[in-house]
Amino acid sequence: MDFGLSAEQQLLQQTIERFFETECPSTRLHEIFDGEDAVDGRLWRGIIDMGLGGLTLPEKFGGAGLEMIDLGLVAEVLGRCAAPGPFLGHALAGIALDLAGSEAQRERWLPALATGELIGTIALGEPGGLWDPAEWCACVEDGRLTGTKPWVPCASAADVAVVGTQGGGLALVELRTAGVEITPVDGVDRTRRLDDVQLSGAACEPLDGGEHVAPRVRDAGLCLLAADAFGGASRCLEMSVDYANTREQFGVTIGHFQAIKHRLAMLAAQIEPARSLFWYAAHAWDALPEECERAAALAKAHISDRYMQTARDGVEVHGGMGFTWEGDMQIWFKRAMFDRMFLGSPSLHRERAAQASGW
Amino acid sequence: MELGFSDEHEAFRDEVKSFLAESWPLRGEEAKLRRRQQAVLFRGRAIERGYLARAIPKAYGGSEQSSDPLKATIIATEFARVHAPRDPGAPISQLVATIASHGTEEQKARFLPSAITGETVWCQGYSEPGAGSDLASLRTKAELIGDQWVINGQKIWTSAAHVADMIYLLVRTEPDAPKHKGMSFLLVDMKQPGIEVRPLKQMNGDSHFNEVFFDDARTPADCIVGGRGEGWIVSRSTLAHERNAVGGSVAVRVQFERLVKLARTAQRHGRPAIEDPTIRQRLADIDGYVTSHEYSGYRQLTADVRGEKRGSISMMNKLVSTEIGHMVAELAFELEAEEGLRAPLGDRRPKGHPDWGSEYMMSLGLSIAGGSSDIQRNIIGERGLGLPRDFAAHKGKR
Repeated sequence: MDFGLSAEQQLLQQTIERFFETECPSTRLHEIFDGEDAVDGRLWRGIIDMGLGGLTLPEKFGGAGLEMIDLGLVAEVLGRCAAPGPFLGHALAGIALDLAGSEAQRERWLPALATGELIGTIALGEPGGLWDPAEWCACVEDGRLTGTKPWVPCASAADVAVVGTQGGGLALVELRTAGVEITPVDGVDRTRRLDDVQLSGAACEPLDGGEHVAPRVRDAGLCLLAADAFGGASRCLEMSVDYANTREQFGVTIGHFQAIKHRLAMLAAQIEPARSLFWYAAHAWDALPEECERAAALAKAHISDRYMQTARDGVEVHGGMGFTWEGDMQIWFKRAMFDRMFLGSPSLHRERAAQASGW
Repeated sequence: MELGFSDEHEAFRDEVKSFLAESWPLRGEEAKLRRRQQAVLFRGRAIERGYLARAIPKAYGGSEQSSDPLKATIIATEFARVHAPRDPGAPISQLVATIASHGTEEQKARFLPSAITGETVWCQGYSEPGAGSDLASLRTKAELIGDQWVINGQKIWTSAAHVADMIYLLVRTEPDAPKHKGMSFLLVDMKQPGIEVRPLKQMNGDSHFNEVFFDDARTPADCIVGGRGEGWIVSRSTLAHERNAVGGSVAVRVQFERLVKLARTAQRHGRPAIEDPTIRQRLADIDGYVTSHEYSGYRQLTADVRGEKRGSISMMNKLVSTEIGHMVAELAFELEAEEGLRAPLGDRRPKGHPDWGSEYMMSLGLSIAGGSSDIQRNIIGERGLGLPRDFAAHKGKR
């Protein structure tokens, strides 16, 4: 029985947080948020230099050989810091290739992803909210892939994508090739840009283990979104507490008023227990495969809802400043919107959790 | 991370299980004893084996075990599984902690052994009609006249007062001292003419609480724990030992599983309610909270094992479990539909009749008892988040 973090895990989190405090303070975050580029080269280099490009990939392919819980702890800090960039898609592409790729495919692609030589992403969902592998329609014929994949994270900056295919399979597509058309979406969360990807007979490499791996990749994504949501929600609460401890009205800081204090206490009591839920989901992914589907679905649905509520309440506590573009809250608010809807809505995953519970 | 127990602890679990298999329930003539007597007998045997009263020295009737939060968890889980009596509840552990930390040798020897086994039934006299969340404003007073304390006033919300042999009290003995420094901690015999107990009927028809009236009630001068005016301080004693980290969250899981069972049997539109998409959504929504709470228990247990602080999560346990209780009871009441209106309450309820209506009301009681949810939110806000203290606590100083 040991359901807690190791000293190494805590150090990993502190290191990443310090990097973002230095390299991506609020002013820089706003610049990136408002800028044209989906990926800030300097920040991405820093993430790669910290070894986060292939954290869970095998050491023989240049990865760090760590587990989903470690990757989740990284995602938590990135969520706290509203870290802009391609981490989510990159990490999931690596996991998909590692689990479903042949030895030759892994040898060819994983080191390049781990060292950041290439940026990876994933193209799973299809129009109409089709996130379930069984619902995918993109079709492979003679090594050519045709289909529509909206909501592909940072596709315009990525080199390769793992694409979900008909029958719940997976295939690798190099994005800078003929038959791939990428249209940037003017989206809500500008820290994690989404692009529409149209595949028209694009050359692809099917990943043979794909059919068994796709649900696992989806669950990994749910764990990472839940972790990001936990980190983001904690940060929203902290920003709101800081504001309540500095903003004065009627001659006192507004944190004196129980209307504010109790709202923040309720948020704390909603968020802090959720830390255990994302730990459990990630640990289940690593060690308790029969519990993972339910745990990951529940964690994503529950924590992304808590994040959204915290971001909404946080805006209210900040008053007018919370509602401005120049304030920070809007950035976390939009990350909450992303975490809530990407890979499927909370109600979709609650229904999946219900099924996994045998209800 | 590891959610299982080590071989050593699994072996300990087997020991506990085989003890329980031969020790509970009692057999033969012993099974005919009154329930309370059975519990006293059983606790004595469990203490001998080192399973109960683990933080109490052997000299005072305890089993004096070295602290092991995992063993404590295993004991709690296995005892609960067969409904075996465990250490007497929170009010008793408060008393035991106070006497163990601040009592005289004579008090420890006289009161601890029988309190630990439940042979002497104690109740707690803290709250008063005018002193609830603001307990330190209590007014029941005791005067030392000759070699006896003479007690006058009223306590309320006193669980078990109607069956208790003894009561421990916070009373005002130093009327001129500041309010936190004017209280003393007294031990008082319930069976005397100066004490009258009146049961309070709850909104769900049950009666767990009482009012206790003191009219020149008496107790010997040496039945004070700590010094005069030290009542507030000594009453804050805790046994810094093996706090049950997962008991509460396991109970919440059990309560939720009962709700799921109800959803399987209750009908909506001629089908089991659990097939209704809106019910499934609400169940899964609640399950998100239940599972978070469940694993937060393991997180706190791990902190205990490592000797680390539990952190702010420990301030949230009560609020979280009562909030979940509300959600569970609310959905259960809805699943029962109009049948829930039929539920006879209190002693008119036939044995075995589903009592979700009562539980729906009781969930409110739980959020009030033992520090109301609004007070919990103050604690989380002030001690957990570092927001400023309440106006009231500052008396106008801002």
